[in-house]
Amino acid sequence: MTTTNGAVREPLLEIEALQLHFKTRSGIVQAVDGVDFQLPRNEATVIIGESGCGKSSLAKAILRLLPRNVHDFSGRVELGGEDVMLLNDEEYRRHVRWKRISMVPQAAMNALNPVLRVGEQVAEPAVVHLGLSKDEGLQRALETFAQVGVPADFLHRYAFELSGGMRQRAIIAMALLTDPDLVVLDEPTSALDVLTQANIMNLLKRVKKESNTSFILITHDIATSSELADNVAVMYAGQIVEVGDAASFFEEPLHPYSQKLMASVPRLSGGDELEFITGQPPSLINPPTGCRFAERCPARFDKCDQEPPIFYKGERWVKCWLHE
Amino acid sequence: MTSTTLGPIPVALASPSIPVVDPDAPLLSVRDLRVWYELKRWGFAHAGDVRAVDGVSFDVARGESLAVVGESGCGKSSLMKAILGLNTPTAGQILFDGRDVSALRKGDLKWFRSQVGYVQQDPFGALPTFMNVKRILEEPLIINGVDDPVERQARIEQALIEVKMSPPAEWLPKFPHMLSGGQQQRVVIARSMILGPKLLVADEPVSMLDASVRVEILKILRKLQEEHNLAVVYITHDLSTVRYFSEHIFVMYAGRIAEMAKVDDILDDASHPYTLALLSASSDPDARNALVQREVPPGEPPSLVHPPAGCRFNPRCAFAMEGVCDEREPPTVEIKDEHLVHCWLYDKEVMGDRPLGVPARKELVDGKPL
Ligand SMILES: Nc1ncnc2c1ncn2[C@@H]1O[C@H](COP(=O)(O)OP(=O)(O)OP(=O)(O)O)[C@@H](O)[C@H]1O
Ligand SMILES: Nc1ncnc2c1ncn2[C@@H]1O[C@H](COP(=O)(O)OP(=O)(O)OP(=O)(O)O)[C@@H](O)[C@H]1O
Ligand code: SF4
Ligand code: SF4
Ligand SMILES: [Mg+2]
Ligand SMILES: [Mg+2]
Repeated sequence: MTTTNGAVREPLLEIEALQLHFKTRSGIVQAVDGVDFQLPRNEATVIIGESGCGKSSLAKAILRLLPRNVHDFSGRVELGGEDVMLLNDEEYRRHVRWKRISMVPQAAMNALNPVLRVGEQVAEPAVVHLGLSKDEGLQRALETFAQVGVPADFLHRYAFELSGGMRQRAIIAMALLTDPDLVVLDEPTSALDVLTQANIMNLLKRVKKESNTSFILITHDIATSSELADNVAVMYAGQIVEVGDAASFFEEPLHPYSQKLMASVPRLSGGDELEFITGQPPSLINPPTGCRFAERCPARFDKCDQEPPIFYKGERWVKCWLHE
Repeated sequence: MTSTTLGPIPVALASPSIPVVDPDAPLLSVRDLRVWYELKRWGFAHAGDVRAVDGVSFDVARGESLAVVGESGCGKSSLMKAILGLNTPTAGQILFDGRDVSALRKGDLKWFRSQVGYVQQDPFGALPTFMNVKRILEEPLIINGVDDPVERQARIEQALIEVKMSPPAEWLPKFPHMLSGGQQQRVVIARSMILGPKLLVADEPVSMLDASVRVEILKILRKLQEEHNLAVVYITHDLSTVRYFSEHIFVMYAGRIAEMAKVDDILDDASHPYTLALLSASSDPDARNALVQREVPPGEPPSLVHPPAGCRFNPRCAFAMEGVCDEREPPTVEIKDEHLVHCWLYDKEVMGDRPLGVPARKELVDGKPL
């Protein structure tokens, strides 16, 4: 990978053919079904896509936070050149999760333990995964609070005493505490007000600039995604269908689904009539063969009955026969 | 109006006993409305009031869409509940179709409920899980005296077609859990429209939905508004959707109106510091967004039990004037036709020789480079 100015972009995370299928009473849910993408070091990739397309499942697959009803979990996940899929669960837990990749789960700010002080909870990963003493952990939490703009005395408060914005900052502090290479943020701002959202995005931009951390930001809010994105990955029905640098993507999305998605985003500046995508995403239990977007695609043609492979366009790629 | 509208509601409900105060009045008129919730200590001792709505006045004309924009907790839902008659106002007046809502009694209340539809914030909790679509839509008709099953069926089918659920027969037997979020919200809208209301109150009708589904729902609401000459109060925290959906907008902060105008005037010429803050915190998708820090006012919205003296925004306002903004309630200034701003920066006396309004600051709009 190279940047526009020719510098080599070293990949931090490389994912290939990642699958995470769940067993349910109605059948096998193919929530993550053949996902490919690469994340360069010190960059942020945002993953956008509709509700239910598999974004959180992808995050869980990357962090190996798997529910009990897993049917199939496979593929290649390389972190800094090491295939972490070869590690067993214990090794993964000891060497990768928190230490090298941490996560801000969807709705985590509402999942803080109400009877434990915020500081103790935030310090926990440092104690458990870095082997710090409780006091050292709290000290580390204090430093991280300063970094994310949480007042020091909040360490001793309970979650219900904090506003939504402050709780979300505390959760982000927890993810940064162990100084990981990669932080996966699942919808970190979607429950927050506009001003609080802007505050959190300001914070993430600053941390990204000041540290060597890379980010995967999952969101269904496209305007918010552009606040942090170096790269954009679009997910549809369990698969990534397009990856590209943010500037090119927001200028000219390639996949018909991405184009439709962008046309549905309301603009403060007004502009074109908004469009919506007719129909609904396919079931992930029996996804259609061929292109999964075909049923809703205005550009569909004969070829689309076959599954489109990756087509490269310079540094970008897209899974759509139009770009063969 | 097209010939396929749901039509007026049965005669029994059509004529409330209270005479109309002013036949030329706007459909909805809210005057100096206050909704306070009493805070009690030990379950009985008065410990103060949450002033959720504190002196709000506005009109909604027939067929007009008004957007109410503000952050969580600023009083939007409290205002809406008062309009729907679900909250008794602490003070002030709400006139609907020229009639004082708080004076409505039993029979008239039934009439009123048929005139005002309601779409609530969360579609996933809005529908009874044990009823199928047909029952959900039939219930309000039965309660409101539509006794003829054939007519009920016709109305239900018509309502489903209007929210683009055709053929109706396919949807009637379905239960809410068999529907996607967008489909559930369409059923909620069909239910709110089934009695042929003149006013629809929509509390964040799309905030829980995906971008594309949002557009679909807003388009349905817009079409209903136009075809039925329906007035809509659209409550949202998302400024980016209002231009597509409303003619007028007011921005609410801590229980009060900060700024009120036609939508284009607010979005293109925002004049209250709080409105400007909301706009500078919002963005359109653009890769350059990642290169700037947005200007965000410090702190958080104030307590509504002990709101700050003077302008409620003053502790966070970059333009606050000491001795003025923190002491005296700001005036409401009409800076141009139908554009009202509640701020001392527009007061000639206080400003003296200084130019009126917010000093121009580019980074307020574009953000500061990282
Ligand atoms: N543990 C599980 N067992 C069975 N099905 C699951 C499980 N977790 C998720 N799913 C299903 O997998 C699909 C993808 O879910 P996922 O939560 O990953 O979507 P998402 O893109 O994060 O959606 P949202 O934007 O709503 O958060 C959905 O159909 C969901 O119902
Ligand atoms: N029944 C009640 N008793 C006491 N306080 C209440 C009650 N209902 C609302 N409040 C308070 O009144 C204020 C305004 O609440 P309201 O629900 O009207 O805000 P909102 O603008 O709709 O917020 P959101 O965007 O979160 O829905 C809040 O501080 C809330 O906690
Ligand atoms: S592969 Fe065919 S159906 Fe799929 S997005 Fe491209 S044109 Fe549309
Ligand atoms: S009245 Fe004063 S504090 Fe309030 S918004 Fe205007 S300038 Fe700011
Ligand atoms: Mg999710
Ligand atoms: Mg509300």
